Amino acid sequence: MDVVKKVFSYRKIRTETAFKRFLVFTAIAMMVIAIAIFLTLVIHSIPSFQSLGTRYFFGTTWDPVSNVYGALPFLLGTLITSFLALLISIPFSYAIAIYLGEYQTKGWLSELLKNIVELVAAVPSVIYGFWALVVLVPMVRSLEVKVGAAPYGVGILTASLVLAIMIIPYAASLGRELIRLVPSDLKEGAYSLGATRFEVLRHVILPQTKSGLFAGLLLSLGRALGETMAVTMVIGNTSILPDSIFSPANTMASVIANEFTEADRTLYLSALIELGLVLFIVTVVINIIGKLIIKRFSNE
Amino acid sequence: MNKRLQLRLATSKVFEYFIMLLAFLITIPLFAIIYYVLKTGLSKLSWHFITNIPKPVGEIGGGIANALAGSLLIVLVAAVIAVPIGILCGVYLSENRNSKLAYWSRLAVDVMQGTPSIVIGIVIYFWIVKPSGSFSAISGSIALAIMMLPIVIRSTEETLKLLPSSLKEAGLALGLPYHKVILRVIIPCGISGILSGVMLAVARIAGETAPLLFTAFGNPYLTTNVLKPMQSLPLLIFNYATSPYDEWHDLAWGASLILLIWVLLLNITTKLITRKWKVQF
Amino acid sequence: MESAILSSKNFNAYFGNNHVVKNVSMDIPKNNIVAVMGPSGCGKTTYLRCINRMHELIPGAKVEGKMLLHDKDIYSINPILVRLKIGMVFQRPNPFPNLSIYDNVIAGYKLNGFKIKKSERDSIVENSLIKAALWNEVKDTLHKKGTFLSGGQQQRLCIARAIAMEPEVLLMDEPTSALDPISTSSIEELMHELKKNFTLVIVTHNMQQAARVSDKTAFFFLGELVEYDDTREMFINPKDSRTQNYITGRFS
Repeated sequence: MDVVKKVFSYRKIRTETAFKRFLVFTAIAMMVIAIAIFLTLVIHSIPSFQSLGTRYFFGTTWDPVSNVYGALPFLLGTLITSFLALLISIPFSYAIAIYLGEYQTKGWLSELLKNIVELVAAVPSVIYGFWALVVLVPMVRSLEVKVGAAPYGVGILTASLVLAIMIIPYAASLGRELIRLVPSDLKEGAYSLGATRFEVLRHVILPQTKSGLFAGLLLSLGRALGETMAVTMVIGNTSILPDSIFSPANTMASVIANEFTEADRTLYLSALIELGLVLFIVTVVINIIGKLIIKRFSNE
Repeated sequence: MNKRLQLRLATSKVFEYFIMLLAFLITIPLFAIIYYVLKTGLSKLSWHFITNIPKPVGEIGGGIANALAGSLLIVLVAAVIAVPIGILCGVYLSENRNSKLAYWSRLAVDVMQGTPSIVIGIVIYFWIVKPSGSFSAISGSIALAIMMLPIVIRSTEETLKLLPSSLKEAGLALGLPYHKVILRVIIPCGISGILSGVMLAVARIAGETAPLLFTAFGNPYLTTNVLKPMQSLPLLIFNYATSPYDEWHDLAWGASLILLIWVLLLNITTKLITRKWKVQF
Repeated sequence: MESAILSSKNFNAYFGNNHVVKNVSMDIPKNNIVAVMGPSGCGKTTYLRCINRMHELIPGAKVEGKMLLHDKDIYSINPILVRLKIGMVFQRPNPFPNLSIYDNVIAGYKLNGFKIKKSERDSIVENSLIKAALWNEVKDTLHKKGTFLSGGQQQRLCIARAIAMEPEVLLMDEPTSALDPISTSSIEELMHELKKNFTLVIVTHNMQQAARVSDKTAFFFLGELVEYDDTREMFINPKDSRTQNYITGRFS
């Protein structure tokens, strides 16, 4: 009885109730933020929807001075840069995933590689951009001179190269986790039949992890699409339809970064925000699909 | 041994070396960047550099005090906003695993995590900058807080999910109120995982530029007024790196070195913390 | 004349649509050890967890009927108050891994934000550890983490933590099932000592343990209270054929 009096008070009960309510509040707040992000983008895109409609997506000219807004160059610019980056990154990210997930799961060498990969993910995007501007751009320029393309240096290829470096860690660490999930009795079954390590990888591990590795690619693609700074710094900021991987271009994110604070007309601003809306929807959908695949994969 | 088997074993070995080679190629860009930043930035580093603001084009010297102070302040405020809310939301999600609200809330967190940082910049511009009529450090902090939240929430949730339920029962059976059990037992037991999530989130936003472009905006002068535009390291690097002036490039390299050291130190400390502070069961 | 400190009347417990405790009425006399036994899945643990309102923590759980502590329905009292008066020891020892042995014992006060003088605190810790028969083993290592102790010591630490709050009733959910035989016998001895100050309700799936330690025994089967009597009577002369089958080992 004595103890009860000492430690119990109705104030505590009220605090407890308030605390539980606050937990619920935080969970609701996340939903409110997510919905509000979407609605904000939609509302401010309305002027663009209304006066441009679907012309917006097929128009090849983006000329704010004469109030013409066709987003196709940016849509294409984004798609080409991201897919090219993905293509470049695949061999490396898969190699890291296989090495850490199968060949060398423990030991200092794998620790080292793991840490290096984490550091690659940690370097800020703006530093990648700066480095690419000073180091990669001249390299690409000399390549362009060799193949006879216009020697801008900046452009889709440069942006894809730096993007590729930046997204390798994501697909790699995800792939590593997934390869580790392959049940060891499956592998042992194959080994006991006399398969070599390469054959086990090719015929047991890779088929088993196919869907998961695909999801990893999706998630890296999501990152590549939304990446802004590094790309903005080296893509050349040219709002015309790209005609080769060497041409300077713009991605959705880089146009927004460059022009948002200069957009003085409602339609101009709204056209930029619609780019943001498209980017938001695409990356969110890609992310959610990727996560769903991985969830299903790890539950199997 | 027959020929075929030899061939198969050789293929396997060659493939292993090939994979190893490809895997370790990632080291090249990382070291190239670190080397380059060190080479160009190290000569700039000095007391003068971190205690002075940039000089106008054409003058020698000047530093990045405004950006350094701004970055620290913006990130600090962002963390103050995001960490408590993020941890508590993570607690909710791990405590109510199967509730409907948790399902939708988790989806919302995924949406936030998938949102490109530049889009968050746009949104905060409309939420805060436009209504208040001015770019401000606080709007930048809020944008960064929104980027931090999903990381903090997820790491808290994942950490707490692994704690045995007996821990919570022990607290409740002692007659502790729910909030005491969470704040004094559950969170302290998961602190290393939660803290590493927080540190990673801080490291992540410390290098973010895009959400600040339309919020904190940048400022060539030193200020600590969070209601005014403020410079930050990544913003300074972006603006000066893309300028045509060599002196400004030098400043940007010095700033890059400091930012890189900051971010890498955070990452390394996180590792040490998770290794040292693990609570034993 | 024994007075019932705790009694349930037509008590039912559910998980969703699963009826796990069916219409149980029983009186638990003060300063007795009451053992609740039965095959696994018979509802004995659920019944125990209803006594200090731990059952309701599981989503979908609900109860019907009355559970009285000193003739007052505990479902009309705040659960925190109930749990302060009715302590619990779990199947697996669960000391707080972030706290020292000392802080574990005083946790009910300390984590509740209740400030007490150091001398008073020291005496609570010492007395509780003495009552839990752990003092001699840990008095020199009070500031080490509780998780460094052996399983049996950890369980006694959990008992000390519970009795530090001076509850009236102490519930024990198979307190020795995770322990070795030596630790088990020391805990069983301890129960006899604790009986002087507390009323104990012990869930066990081990008949011998029930026979060894308890004054009264309740036999649960498929959620029903089949038989409840003095322990000697129950084991020598069971009235229900199901009880007889159980104690003669015809099913388990």
